[in-house]
Amino acid sequence: MIDLTAIRRDFPMLQNKKMQSHDLIYLDNGATTFKPKQVIDAMTHYYTDLCCNAHRGDYELAYRLDQEFEAARTSAAQFIHANEREIIFTSGASEGLNTVAQGYGRKFLRPGDIVLSSEAEHASCILPWMRVCEETGASLEYIPLDEQGRIGADSVAELMNENVKVIVLAHISNVLGYEAPIRDICKIAHQYGAVVVVDGAQSVPHMPIDVVDLDCDFLAFSAHKMCGPTGIGVLYGKYALLDAMDPLYLGGGSNARFDMCGNILLKQPPYKFESGTANIAGILGMKAAFDYLSNIGMETIHAYEKMLHKSLVDRLRTMDNIHLYNPDADASIVTFNVKDVFAQDAATYFSANGVAVRSGQHCAKLLCDKLNTSATVRASLYFYNDMKEIERFAQLCEGADMKTCLDVYF
Amino acid sequence: MSELLHDPMILRQIIMDHYEYPRNHELSEEEGYLARHMASASCIDDIHVQAKLNNNVIEDIRFDGIACTISTASTSIMSELLQGKTTTEAKAIIDAYYAMINGEPYDSELLQEAVAFHTVGKQANRIKCATIGWEAMKQIIEEGEVHEQK
Repeated sequence: MIDLTAIRRDFPMLQNKKMQSHDLIYLDNGATTFKPKQVIDAMTHYYTDLCCNAHRGDYELAYRLDQEFEAARTSAAQFIHANEREIIFTSGASEGLNTVAQGYGRKFLRPGDIVLSSEAEHASCILPWMRVCEETGASLEYIPLDEQGRIGADSVAELMNENVKVIVLAHISNVLGYEAPIRDICKIAHQYGAVVVVDGAQSVPHMPIDVVDLDCDFLAFSAHKMCGPTGIGVLYGKYALLDAMDPLYLGGGSNARFDMCGNILLKQPPYKFESGTANIAGILGMKAAFDYLSNIGMETIHAYEKMLHKSLVDRLRTMDNIHLYNPDADASIVTFNVKDVFAQDAATYFSANGVAVRSGQHCAKLLCDKLNTSATVRASLYFYNDMKEIERFAQLCEGADMKTCLDVYF
Repeated sequence: MSELLHDPMILRQIIMDHYEYPRNHELSEEEGYLARHMASASCIDDIHVQAKLNNNVIEDIRFDGIACTISTASTSIMSELLQGKTTTEAKAIIDAYYAMINGEPYDSELLQEAVAFHTVGKQANRIKCATIGWEAMKQIIEEGEVHEQK
């Protein structure tokens, strides 16, 4: 069981915060999440107790920091069942995905090679590969979505051949909240010798992840979507691949030796990918976030979110004024429109009533072909949301129409 | 006009009318139009505004695109209000509109139906929507005047 009273007490942003004079209800967790005081304290702890550089000093303070710094790597590894050597600290999922595209893709792709992705990917997932394909002469092909907007392993299988070298996909789609069958896709990909790059930004914060079980080759995610600080994240990669590929940047900390003739000897992974002074406070804060989530348990978090999501979907389903696009989402992402109201106008109505949701125009292909709309409203839940908030939000949905959406301006 | 300002029902009606039946809501394929494409990263609105200037008179204004109620209605109202005006008159109206949006003194007689947006600042993140079409027109007039001077 989840102890919501205790959990909510940990989050300063859940204490009597108002928006437009209403109690703040935060349902934009797909964008970023609130931080518990444990995470904030861990960052303060670095600046107040341990402030020195990592991997640099010969003094005792630096040694103590190094212990905590590497303990964060261990926490990250345990969180996704990886080995510490396979954990690279990045600024977030975007940097992780770019590192793979530039460090692996640009190095190994050849003209005629194929990169597979889907029609529904987030920009951070697809744009780096568009550029790499342009630079290497490889081509980018798209896995078609089924009627609902899902990616099926069989559609991947149909497109596979020996020229496919990379498959890059989001584990959970940020628009519709559908889970891609990564395990099956990895199995198919590996039969052809292709590597699978997974954007875990929307999955790692919400469900148990085991990279050994998934057998994915790379997994990137951001701490800030899982109660951690902004500007920090993790790239997981299988060690042999990390060893073979190049880092995005060169600089202090990532090289073991270099000389003026241009010979550079890089360190072993993960260190060769971490040049420059790291976001140390962020790393310690991220460790606190892993610990916080692990303490509650990812199974528990996942089950509770499912329950919350179902309650909301069951309520919205009965409303004639709400067009719900993904009632069967795997993640707690609810994508909808208020009938006859433009998404942004609906979002403003919710904001005026204290509720933070996101309106967005998404991948044109996905929306035009599958949803027949140019924009939607997205409510994304997290484990600290409670039934009271869901009920209040449902009531606001019930009362939403063109008139109430315009009333908020007067 | 000033009594209008105090009747939210009428103001809301004006906005809804211009959203549901936007005026001049089709781009022209004719030559001689100056155009602006307005799209911002922070918002969904993505509109094209066109205007035909002749001897410092705004002969026609058109617009189209994907946009919310506030930007569609405010641009529709602008397109009616500034049509047939000289660029000098139009600039005075645009200045009055921005003054109103920014909470400064303004002449409501100049703004006609555009006063419907006098409280848009209550939802501060939507000020951009209420000014997107107006900003396009401001830029078009500036460009048009440069042309005329040449």
